[in-house]
Amino acid sequence: MLERVQSERIQSDRTMIDIRDVTRSYGSFKALDNASLAIREGEFFSLLGPSGCGKTTLLRMIAGFDTPTSGLIAVDGQPMDGIPANRRPTNMVFQSYAIFPHLNVEQNVAYGLKRLKLAAGEEKRRVEEALAQVSLTGLGKRRATELSGGQRQRVALARALVMRPKVLLLDEPLSALDKKLRGQMQVELRRLQQAVGITFVLVTHDQYEALAMSDRIAVMFGGRIAQVASPKEIYQRPVNRQVADFLGGMNFVKAEIVEENGASLLLDTLGFGRVRTDKPKAFVRNGGAATLGIRPERLRVLWDNASAKFEVAGKVVERHYFGEITHLIVEIPGLEKPLSVTETNDFGADDIPVGAPIRLAYDPEALVAMAD
Amino acid sequence: MTVAAEGSPPLRIAGARRNPLLQSEAVQGFALISPTFVYALILLVLPILVVIAHSFWTQNYLTIDHTFTLENYRIALTEPIYRDLLWRSLYISLTVSLLTVALAYPIAYFISFHGGRHKSLWLFLITIPFWTSYLLRVMSWKVILGYNGVLNSGLMGLGIISEPSDALLYNSTAVIITLTHAWATFAILPIFVSLEKVDRTLVEAATDLGDGPLRSFLRVTLPLSAPGVISAALIVMIPTVGDYVTPKLVGGKDGVMIANTIQAQFGKASNWPLGAALSVTTMIIVSLMAGATVLVIRALQRLAR
Repeated sequence: MLERVQSERIQSDRTMIDIRDVTRSYGSFKALDNASLAIREGEFFSLLGPSGCGKTTLLRMIAGFDTPTSGLIAVDGQPMDGIPANRRPTNMVFQSYAIFPHLNVEQNVAYGLKRLKLAAGEEKRRVEEALAQVSLTGLGKRRATELSGGQRQRVALARALVMRPKVLLLDEPLSALDKKLRGQMQVELRRLQQAVGITFVLVTHDQYEALAMSDRIAVMFGGRIAQVASPKEIYQRPVNRQVADFLGGMNFVKAEIVEENGASLLLDTLGFGRVRTDKPKAFVRNGGAATLGIRPERLRVLWDNASAKFEVAGKVVERHYFGEITHLIVEIPGLEKPLSVTETNDFGADDIPVGAPIRLAYDPEALVAMAD
Repeated sequence: MTVAAEGSPPLRIAGARRNPLLQSEAVQGFALISPTFVYALILLVLPILVVIAHSFWTQNYLTIDHTFTLENYRIALTEPIYRDLLWRSLYISLTVSLLTVALAYPIAYFISFHGGRHKSLWLFLITIPFWTSYLLRVMSWKVILGYNGVLNSGLMGLGIISEPSDALLYNSTAVIITLTHAWATFAILPIFVSLEKVDRTLVEAATDLGDGPLRSFLRVTLPLSAPGVISAALIVMIPTVGDYVTPKLVGGKDGVMIANTIQAQFGKASNWPLGAALSVTTMIIVSLMAGATVLVIRALQRLAR
């Protein structure tokens, strides 16, 4: 693993995990409904969605703790059906960490190596190396019961990494940590993944976690994969309202499709008038109506006499102070729902009186069309 | 709470001052255990003290000589008859506890890991034998193991033996079989409880790290259920050493145990001091054996790593 740390991170388009038409039913309930995914080698991939969306089921099927009702899962080109969890080239970091309480840190990390019957020195060296990777050097003799939450998480990580798996599966690994530690671990996990170059598959319901760490994200709802894309694309170009809503705030505006061609849409809206937007790849027209979305931070307050090419005017109805930013709720004539606006406090957005008239500038690039 | 306290501060403070003793958690705790404690003191500690006192005295026909002597202990430890009986009792109880734990573990494991929704039903079924009296259950073993018993007729019917065997009943093996059956439930329950406490994710983690079902059982489930195994072994071992009904009914002369002799000393032989010395010796040896068992199981647990 040390050699790998020093070398450049493996970047490839080779598929590491191939998930094809996988369905998992419990009676008539489908926990996973015809999901297909290709996760690339060396990629940090996140499965993001609310609880019950099937993300954990999918992860457990990759690990071998659950079997697809139909469909195929292959890891590194090898079909996984019939291969039990203990013979798969995957290792898992459990949500509860599952640290063996009767073993100390070293014994926990060495657990999987014991079976490999390595030379005594080699086993010790690999354990030391794994502990160093997760900054736990010197804590090898600690009992599992004497560890803090963050340390338990690192032990679970070291225990899986020491096996040098082809794929590391992480089941909500940060959800039990407090907010500050979670942020710190996000950075560390990402750094670790870059260093070891192993394919990471992370399950999370925290959109910021997924956005901050992943190369690509699959957003899931009700057993279906709604969108697979880079964090930036998922955030800026969500395919539907559900995805847009799950990843932070979004203002939705009713729109009429005036014209549709291969690459763009011409929409008529109240408030924003007639706008031309990029047509999303997965856009399937459903009647004449569509939804136009804009993120609250993409609406800027226009001060005094400043003007912009694209602007809307309205009235502040609510103001919420959040320290570095202020949330404004702005009523726009013609819009059925007021717009929510996030403005930094550098220019005094926190002093805008409720009831004051306001003008907002926007970039048409920031407008995203979604099928209804 | 705060509001109520503000409404009546003088009363509360006065109350607190009047009875600081009753407010203390330790005192409340003692109050809670005191009925059991008094009961145990009168019916357990006092009799044991009486027994210990007797063991240092001498029976002088109908009266008891109260001069201090260790003669009873010399007899208890050196007379071949008592030594043999003590050894046999220890052998029987150790064998019974090993067998019981070995047989109870798979049952407890099955209920805990594969009982599904029917766990309570399984546990309920296991307690069914307790609906009949212990004596009846021992008697039924006599029916099974006896000269014209179920086992002999069955074996003859199958043509395995030509005439009934009398080796089945009235020996230590019969005692071991009967006791193992009788104590099974007491071993199943503690093992079941400790297996229930084993986090199933840990077994998954072991599997994930490459262990097959047997290895993960030996390295995770078994060591983590050791507390249950220890309590099961002790629960069976300690009372069986002193059992005297079972050997009396199915043991015959080869199955006599130390408790039968102790009973005889307090009864027919009418030598209370010797009976007391035998009791105390047995108690001490049983405690040592129990301690040794705990240490051995702990050592095995460590070995499993």
